[in-house]
Amino acid sequence: MPKANVTFEKLGVTISVPAGTRLIEISEKVGASITYGCREGECGTCIMKIVSGMEHMSERSVLEDKVLQENMAGRSDRLACQAQVLGGDIVVKA
Amino acid sequence: MKPLPDAVEIAPGTHWIGALDPGLREFDIILKTANGTTYNSYCVRGANGVAVIDTVKASHADEFFRRLEQVARYDEISTIVLNHLEPDHSGALPELMRRAPQAKLYLSTKAQLMLKALVKIDELDFNIVQTGDSVDLGGRTLRFFSTPFLHWPDTQCTLVEEQSLLFSGDVFGCHFCDARLFNDQVGDFRFSFEYYYQHIMRPFREHVLEALELLEPLPLKLIAPAHGPILRDAPQSYVQRYRQLASPLLHNEVGADNKSLLVFYISSYGNTALMAQAVAEGAETVTGVRVSLYDLQAMGDLPFVDLVEEADGIAFGSPTINGDAVKPVWELLSSLAVIKVRDKLGAAFGSYGWSGEAINMIEDRLRGLKLRVPIKGVRARLIPTDEELGKCRDLGVQLAQHLTGTIQNRVISMSELLAQEPSHA
Repeated sequence: MPKANVTFEKLGVTISVPAGTRLIEISEKVGASITYGCREGECGTCIMKIVSGMEHMSERSVLEDKVLQENMAGRSDRLACQAQVLGGDIVVKA
Repeated sequence: MKPLPDAVEIAPGTHWIGALDPGLREFDIILKTANGTTYNSYCVRGANGVAVIDTVKASHADEFFRRLEQVARYDEISTIVLNHLEPDHSGALPELMRRAPQAKLYLSTKAQLMLKALVKIDELDFNIVQTGDSVDLGGRTLRFFSTPFLHWPDTQCTLVEEQSLLFSGDVFGCHFCDARLFNDQVGDFRFSFEYYYQHIMRPFREHVLEALELLEPLPLKLIAPAHGPILRDAPQSYVQRYRQLASPLLHNEVGADNKSLLVFYISSYGNTALMAQAVAEGAETVTGVRVSLYDLQAMGDLPFVDLVEEADGIAFGSPTINGDAVKPVWELLSSLAVIKVRDKLGAAFGSYGWSGEAINMIEDRLRGLKLRVPIKGVRARLIPTDEELGKCRDLGVQLAQHLTGTIQNRVISMSELLAQEPSHA
């Protein structure tokens, strides 16, 4: 099964995960300081900054894109509850 | 009853047209006031147009419009400046826009979405301004300064260049209502100024310092804030006071090349105190970290929040009593909202009798405050064993290594992660 390596920069830990894992599944378990709201991509609470490896993330859905825009998020931001890791090395600011 | 004052000229052609709210005793739930507040808005007349700077709370709109009508006709208003869109300053805006539809709105980038949320008009027309932008009213130039997060993302200040007059929004403001308006005429409001800073501006200290870099060089003759007295006597002293309030009282002995770790603990039988000592000992073995140890039993009399504001890392030791961390710990943790703690390092540890929930609860609170909590806390049943004290020393060492950036990045698999206790790698 393809793997992806997700590094939580502030925690100093890298998790090797199966491709397709959503960021929230890892961030919650690893204890990253992210707050979560609806967990369904609607509230924008779990915005997370991707430091590098955005090309290894799933595309933004129309819903995620809309919520990110409403929250004045930048190009490097994603919703942890929506974004999936697809492979390669990804570094998140958390 | 005394009649309400008319519009008040604060500089040639520039009037206060705000509203008085003397009966208010509690603002935004969190702030007390002993004598109400004012919602200050202003009108600037130039040769080619009239500008209105901010409005008032909706409940006080009539007062605002009455004063505005004393100094300008609606069809003269060319410009509406919105320094801050909180409802106590934008409440009368929709009606003002209806009465002066030709007026152009000027606001900061981050104010756009708030404006749309407040003024439900599909085709909203407005101008985004930032530091350096200006509007010429004819002999009166409004120059904008971006001062975000004082205390909302949208906040900005506006200078009337020719009059060295700063409309500062909530900056330099306070909740104090006195119809005499000017700082050299109103009652003693100094405590309100300090109180307002501590509750409204302090969480954004670094943004205060950024704003002061922009505002301190200005030769200000008059500061006209959105709440409280207009500062015409020694206005610069209020700017200087902000600089003092945003700076540590004493030089921090923990130098720039050192990191500061505070270990707070409270202990009923001395067990959590032993653990705190071990955490501190461990951390002290790492070069470049200065450790301080504090017993939270002194809480209430000592300014621990001030210490946390200056620290790089904080660790909390609490026993678990009735399934919870103890009250002094929560008191300090619930007091941290007035300072910036995001990205500081956090940790928890403690002794317990039979369940030990306090550690996870403290860690969750620290994460909720956006601290980073990379290391699982240490729990010990009743009297800590030598092995458990060793784990506390290790916790101290690892915290110190995180602070100094010397910790090795760990690599683990998702299955290992899932096999561990919740919320910790």
